Amino acid sequence: MRLHTSLRTAFRALLRNKLRSLLTALGIIIGVAAVIAMVGIGNGAKKQVEDQVAAMGDNALMVFSGSSSRGGMSGGFGSAGTLTLEDAFAIKREIPGVQGVTPEVEGNARISSGNQNWFTRLNGVDADYFSIRMWSFTHGGPFEERDVKTSAKVAVIGKTTALEIFGSEEEALGKIVRVRNVPFTIIGVLAPKGASFFGRDQDDTLVVPYTSAMKRVLGVKTIPRITVSVERGKSVAMVVEQVSNLISQRHRLPGDREPDFTIRTQEELANMATATSKTMTTLLGFVASISLIVGGIGIMNIMLVSVTERTREIGIRLAIGARGSDILVQFLIEAVTLSLLGGLIGIGLAFLAAAIIMQLSPMPVYITAGPVVYSFAFSAAVGILFGFYPARKAASLDPIEALRYE
Amino acid sequence: MTPIIELEDLCKTYASGEEPVHAVRGVSLTILQGEFVAVMGTSGSGKSTLMNILGCLDRPSSGSYLLDGIQVSSLNRDQLSDLRNRKIGFVFQNFNLLARTSAVENVELPMLYRRNPLSAAEQRKKALQSLEMVGIGKRAGHTPNQLSGGQQQRVAIARSLINDPVLLLADEPTGNLDSRTSCEILGIFQRLNDQGITILMVTHEPEVANHAKRIIVMRDGKILTDTQVQNRLQAADELKNLPTETVS
Repeated sequence: MRLHTSLRTAFRALLRNKLRSLLTALGIIIGVAAVIAMVGIGNGAKKQVEDQVAAMGDNALMVFSGSSSRGGMSGGFGSAGTLTLEDAFAIKREIPGVQGVTPEVEGNARISSGNQNWFTRLNGVDADYFSIRMWSFTHGGPFEERDVKTSAKVAVIGKTTALEIFGSEEEALGKIVRVRNVPFTIIGVLAPKGASFFGRDQDDTLVVPYTSAMKRVLGVKTIPRITVSVERGKSVAMVVEQVSNLISQRHRLPGDREPDFTIRTQEELANMATATSKTMTTLLGFVASISLIVGGIGIMNIMLVSVTERTREIGIRLAIGARGSDILVQFLIEAVTLSLLGGLIGIGLAFLAAAIIMQLSPMPVYITAGPVVYSFAFSAAVGILFGFYPARKAASLDPIEALRYE
Repeated sequence: MTPIIELEDLCKTYASGEEPVHAVRGVSLTILQGEFVAVMGTSGSGKSTLMNILGCLDRPSSGSYLLDGIQVSSLNRDQLSDLRNRKIGFVFQNFNLLARTSAVENVELPMLYRRNPLSAAEQRKKALQSLEMVGIGKRAGHTPNQLSGGQQQRVAIARSLINDPVLLLADEPTGNLDSRTSCEILGIFQRLNDQGITILMVTHEPEVANHAKRIIVMRDGKILTDTQVQNRLQAADELKNLPTETVS
């Protein structure tokens, strides 16, 4: 039988049961759309991280206090409190090529103003912090070196926190918030920065001088983190090396002991985040692939029903001279047409879903050619794989039995 | 005259159940080109099994079957398919047309499975000619459910002739038709036979069988009698005597 004749026969058989064909293809449609959309979302997240790195600059590095480990449970970076303010001052004083240094302390705190209150993250930093993080202000401005020296009760507020407590960013400026009963005057509102690499809302924050945070609110002596920015044109790796040597020296660590601090560059952190989202993408893509296989089983099921229903037709075709292979090809084409059609509609649906997701949420979706081609090829393979058994069954029918079938 | 069918001690045994069933036990038979043979017999006489073997739908257990000089017993499945396609036209009791497929496309069907297919235009032309020949050219675009039983059987006959077979096998072709329509169909068979087409027809009605030239009666898997028809009925004459009805 000529190929185009087989194609026509197959198309006609599918059009005869439009609703059934559509429902059968639905499994593949959803599978393909899911694979493409999921991988698209994963890629979008990855791209966002890359964009953030580009925006923040690759000249920052962070020194984390060593992790505390008690009873086999690690407290994570900065939990042991091995870094001190003196370490931060030393870095600023002794290492050439350092542009800015800020110790960072943080804690969660309920802050209130009037009858409004909000649970947020309190950050204690130096005045350099805002230039290091390239963080600008929509209203007001940063606190200064003098405020840090005097442990001034001034604060800058993130957009989310401002909206939660004061309802608008303008309202926040000049107001007083109480943090654990200590009143702070708001002198600036930070420009929105969105979610961090690791998904935390960076705008949900209250930033105060580290001196005020340590003495007046948190009551701590050590700091979990020091952020350092390197002058443009200077090697980040070199500064990392020097910072490492300096702190080892200051902490009097013998050469063979594990250092009680960790240094991470902005780039490394970004890579960590990218690796995480890559794993997620792979996982999501894999789960979605399973739905493609389920779709294939749906096709096999309907093809088996179709073969049974059309036993008489198969008998007639065999009697008038169709070879087994003609019947096999006919049913295989039907199955593959179903899955390919499903694949095509699924691709369309994925693009539609991506457009809707980007309209309704800040989540970027980034569809690349890879998953489109992969899922389309996969759906074709599913059609052949799951169409083969029913087609074989049809082809191997005994013409006499088939003709007698009621 | 060249022999179309030559059977030599043909046997068919089914191994179903504990006891093997001997459906056909040693049939030897020769049918020449241009013959019109009716095969009769009660159910269980082995005539259906014999028809399946003659139609190359089934293979004999032993013995030899030459169809148009080709030894059928040794052919494989695909070769049997090709042989059915080229050499045999089937007409069934229940017509066996493809539903929801137009008459002309039903007639074209055997041409689609030819090893050297014609162009689509040639196929269409040939199919329309074939429909014309059985007097139903005007209904080429109708689907089977839009046609009467007699019309459906005509389409089936047009289909059976499309690949110019050497043998037309008709299994109870008038079994589902009223007497007038039966007569018309038998008339078509006789006309085709006069043009030189060899026909083998299974029936259990003596009256139908008497339209053939030769009658073979089977019993218990063997040929009981094999006689030439003495007073052959001519469908064309009968139709004149039948009360005229409006034939659609």
